[in-house]
Amino acid sequence: MSESQATWDLAPAPESIGHVHWEKSYGLFINGQFQPSSGDQTFGSINPATEERIAEITEATDADVDQAVKAARNAYEKVWSKMAARERGKYIFRIARLLQEKAREFAVIESLDGGKPIRESRDIDIPLAAAHFFYHAGWADKLEYAFPNRKPKSLGVAGQVIPWNFPLLMAAWKIAPALATGNTVVLKPAETTSLTALKLAEIFQQAELPPGVVNIVTGHGSVGAAIVNHNNVNKIAFTGSTRVGKIIQKAIAGSKKRCTLELGGKAANIIFDDATIDQAVEGIINGIYFNQGHVCCAGSRLFVQESVHDEVIHKLKHRMNSLIVGDPLDKNTDIGAINSKDQLQTINQYIELGKQEGADFYQPQCNLPAKGNWCRPTLFTDVAQSNRIVQEEIFGPVLAVQTFRTVDEVINKANNTPYGLSAGVWTDKGSKIFNMTSQLRAGVIWANTYNKFDPASPFGGYKESGFGREGGLHGLAGYLDF
Amino acid sequence: MAKSNGASGEKNRLEVLKTYKIYIGGQFPRTESGRYYTPEVAGRPLGNICWSSRKDVRNAVVAARGAQAGWWTRTAYNRGQILYRIAEILEGRRDQFVTELQLQGLTKAAARKQVSQSVDRIIYYAGWCDKYQQVFSSVNPVSASYFNFSVLEPMGVVFVVASEESPLLGLVSLLAPIIAGGNTCIVLASESKPLSSITFGEVLATSDVPGGVVNILTGLRSELVEHFSRHLDINAIAIDSPSEPMLLSIQEFAAENVKRIRHYSVDWKNPDSENPYLIQDFCEVKTTWHPIEQISVSGSGY
Repeated sequence: MSESQATWDLAPAPESIGHVHWEKSYGLFINGQFQPSSGDQTFGSINPATEERIAEITEATDADVDQAVKAARNAYEKVWSKMAARERGKYIFRIARLLQEKAREFAVIESLDGGKPIRESRDIDIPLAAAHFFYHAGWADKLEYAFPNRKPKSLGVAGQVIPWNFPLLMAAWKIAPALATGNTVVLKPAETTSLTALKLAEIFQQAELPPGVVNIVTGHGSVGAAIVNHNNVNKIAFTGSTRVGKIIQKAIAGSKKRCTLELGGKAANIIFDDATIDQAVEGIINGIYFNQGHVCCAGSRLFVQESVHDEVIHKLKHRMNSLIVGDPLDKNTDIGAINSKDQLQTINQYIELGKQEGADFYQPQCNLPAKGNWCRPTLFTDVAQSNRIVQEEIFGPVLAVQTFRTVDEVINKANNTPYGLSAGVWTDKGSKIFNMTSQLRAGVIWANTYNKFDPASPFGGYKESGFGREGGLHGLAGYLDF
Repeated sequence: MAKSNGASGEKNRLEVLKTYKIYIGGQFPRTESGRYYTPEVAGRPLGNICWSSRKDVRNAVVAARGAQAGWWTRTAYNRGQILYRIAEILEGRRDQFVTELQLQGLTKAAARKQVSQSVDRIIYYAGWCDKYQQVFSSVNPVSASYFNFSVLEPMGVVFVVASEESPLLGLVSLLAPIIAGGNTCIVLASESKPLSSITFGEVLATSDVPGGVVNILTGLRSELVEHFSRHLDINAIAIDSPSEPMLLSIQEFAAENVKRIRHYSVDWKNPDSENPYLIQDFCEVKTTWHPIEQISVSGSGY
């Protein structure tokens, strides 16, 4: 078996964009209606695979954000907090159902706007987003059972700022628990991926969600800052970089705002010599190349036990050669387009840095489309713990491989990072799994699997990967006072 | 200077005064800075109290970090027994605490009540050590063939700014849940009423609490705020009744390594102020996934 042996040549299998509708331009979704901004700024949403401008998005002003917060406050005080919890839950069930009905349309738009393979948006992002609404809907009238001997109360207006890597899923992940716990929302999607959040606003209209319960304001970082700094917001929920998370934590110091932060990561994925190697290799691939590596919990630091290092690397390179990089809408595509030109530049800088730091560089020589933002799956072996490509989050398809001999050694190396979002362990020995999973300092541990998500499963980090949990019973607490 | 116990009524005998020191890593050193301050109650000096420095904070963090893994990997039952032991030893030294609390301005009746409540509070949390996990953990019904569960783990090293006004009960009310949850901590004692905090260190030192699990410093809050808030090896900060400016600066500095900040303004005499949510406040939720093999047609699920 040669490492560079490619798999089959597959005929193109593009998902049709017929029967998929989105507007050519979108206003801001405030108080149940799309409306223009008080300013006159707009920006294009770019398809990162073709570099085409596929919609005009409105840049919200501070006045727009203020109006959205007022709408949310008004809806909270007059409607949402007064409504019977069961009825509140029924609205959220409705949203889940409508999203399921339109799943294909959302999947296509998600891939067009963000560059992720249709296989992932179709099988993961959209179904999980719907599942988040369905799961949380049922909590609305059962919150007393989640917190023994306490009386949960909603907070008020939640300001939510989400990233571009899972645009609709992050919106659902934020909005569903906020609504179920009785709060109203002002949400800002990332500037490169606003479309599915705006399509979700159409679903809110169709579901007859009372005006102002969810407001969506689009734009760049300044819009997020306006939400975070707004006096009439009770809670900030942010998913994004650790750098911005720290700015937010500092910005709300001294205020009474509640906060949950889901920040960066540099997860260890650990392969022991008694692992089922073929499955582990699949897990490594899924861990780092899923969603172009634009995943905060990506398994970007691979630790391989020395005795199986050569075998694992050989099989890994072979598997990398069968990955198809290209058209996100093609059902055979494994790695789609890098979300933006900026991000591609960041990734390429890290790849150059890795080479300069002296690591062994490997990429399969697959064909890339002529236009668009592309990055081949990348492997660095022979890296040192102190290398920047080991220490810093790259947020792209770049894997750094280190070896280890003993359990103690790998635990020390794996925990030697300011991050603590997730980790992976591969071994066939149950007692070893539990030793590892209890000693790794991270909020989510995948044993003999990787990158699995579920609305019932709490997600969130230790250390500089943020605080608070989202999803599951534990995720509800971040939206409640007692 | 303060009398450390009330048993010096004998004629022609000079009472032996107590030197109040700080408590780091199971030892009672003086502050490395050599500095002291002399708090007074009703015009009477309480003693020459260690004026701890940034270096003392750093030493205490090293001790706390070193003790953390060992403390957490003890069985919950064992942690519960050690907490119970603290209560036993405190009960045995109640007279000394009553005397010191009186020196710090309480009436005898109030001092007695504070000691009793402190003993009972420790016992309350001793009982929680092997129970909170069952109350707060979950098995999560994910929509695929995985066993998925969430458990609590300690945040790690917690810095505690203890109650200024309630030098024993306030301290115990935060300390007990924090260590019950497997954390280790550094306590900055009441600045104006430090005697009972230091003496409480002596209780800990004779209660099978491993060195470094609890470290107690005395000194000036205004000086140390920046140092403990910015320290990169502290995971969380617990503050009792902070002033607004103090809370603001702690929260700003704490962003440097995304510390968790918890602050409480409660009357610790109130029975409602003890509950297992205080343990949870200093825990992380860890979620673990593992595949469930599906071979037989019946499958399996949670």
